[in-house]
Amino acid sequence: MKIAVLALQGAFIEHERMLARLGISSFEIRRRQDLEESFDGLIIPGGESTVMGKLLRELCLFEPIRAKILAGLPVFGTCAGLILLARRVANDERLNFAVMDITARRNAYGRQLGSFNTRADFAGLREIPMVFIRAPYIESAGEKAQVLAEVQGRIVAARQNNLLVTAFHPELSDDFTVHQYFSDMVAGGLCPRVEGLE
Amino acid sequence: MENKRFELNKNLAQMLKGGVIMDVTSPEQAAVAQEAGACAVMALERIPADIRAAGGVSRMSDPKMIKEIQAAVSIPVMAKCRIGHFAEAQVLQAIEIDYIDESEVLSPADDRYHIDKTAFEVPFVCGAKDLGEALRRINEGASMIRTKGEPGTGDIVQAVRHMRMMMAEIRRVTSVSEDELYDAAKLLAVPYELVWEVHNTGRLPVVNFAAGGVATPADAALMMQLGAEGVFVGSGIFKSGNPAKRAAAIVKAVTNFTDAKLIAALSEDLGEAMVGINEQEIELLMAERGK
Repeated sequence: MKIAVLALQGAFIEHERMLARLGISSFEIRRRQDLEESFDGLIIPGGESTVMGKLLRELCLFEPIRAKILAGLPVFGTCAGLILLARRVANDERLNFAVMDITARRNAYGRQLGSFNTRADFAGLREIPMVFIRAPYIESAGEKAQVLAEVQGRIVAARQNNLLVTAFHPELSDDFTVHQYFSDMVAGGLCPRVEGLE
Repeated sequence: MENKRFELNKNLAQMLKGGVIMDVTSPEQAAVAQEAGACAVMALERIPADIRAAGGVSRMSDPKMIKEIQAAVSIPVMAKCRIGHFAEAQVLQAIEIDYIDESEVLSPADDRYHIDKTAFEVPFVCGAKDLGEALRRINEGASMIRTKGEPGTGDIVQAVRHMRMMMAEIRRVTSVSEDELYDAAKLLAVPYELVWEVHNTGRLPVVNFAAGGVATPADAALMMQLGAEGVFVGSGIFKSGNPAKRAAAIVKAVTNFTDAKLIAALSEDLGEAMVGINEQEIELLMAERGK
């Protein structure tokens, strides 16, 4: 299994370290030619969604990556990655991949003073540490999306077929649960099936 | 300080990595910077080149102007306070700034003590010329470090000197034997625990950006290849002929800092770079403020 990590800006090295500790090989996508390498899944890291959205287009990565996602490539987006995948963003007109049936809210907890960490259940598996940095949350999830975690009554993780998103940063903790969950999705192949979803 | 807060503040710096933080003096410039791909902006009344030209005492910016910039962009907003001026820092925290730069660019308010940054909830970034300065600032609570370089000059030589010095000292600390770390701590004038951490991890305990003199995409690529995790650009953008284009080019150069072909293309037709001053021509060395 090989997982690509979008490395345009943000905390991509932290994801690569998590994958390495799980024994999963990864490589960075910074340019169009990096897409020539074959890979089984993609991680879109935390960082600034405005920066990544712009660089994706200017470096000619946007269309080919979107096509791969629509074709069923398993993708895991954290924080800014969640914003890039959301079909609707409540407080921003700029849309990016717009493939996941959720409405996200950017900087939903306010500025850095609003950043926090907590623990909550993830996907009924176990309670895990969750780090929120100027984080978004999911204001509402459409029928096609399955809620995987909630904090203070807000949706902070969800899945829709091949798409997994978290508003928090599992890559900043020592807990492998979410990365393991994603690698299981990838192992399931393209378009892994989720019960109750199309 | 609650350790959790320090961790969250270090984490925000991790999110900025691989990005460019741009000095802006108005909401309009802030919008240009965000549009060009800045991962954060530094709100200040005068950019370093103008501070240098104007002379006199340079202070924290007007909170009203900072708030207007906060309202104009969705990316993090940073602002500078004077070295040792904890009351200015309290003001910046009160308006919920995302990061405070305790900066040698402004006139120091205290020629002996830096701010006790552990007393604050908001994060601090501080300048450093070498490993000792960096670890002293981290010990005081800084959750991000940048090289000092020489602000407002457009001359990269000092940023290079400081980054090379820091990296060389990190390599040295990494390679000495454990029983020599006590002496290393003594020579660096920093706590043993921090030297021990550098020894074991081979890097600074916090994110380290380059700053002070970056004016071109190639300057940015140089600093990234020397080990910077991102770049601050102060006067280099809005003192140049075509700020939006230059800013966007520097952003792309930071992402693909080893792709010389791309950087060649990015460097074409950028218009005039900031004029710049050579280090021998400067009367005021800002980097010598606050050690």
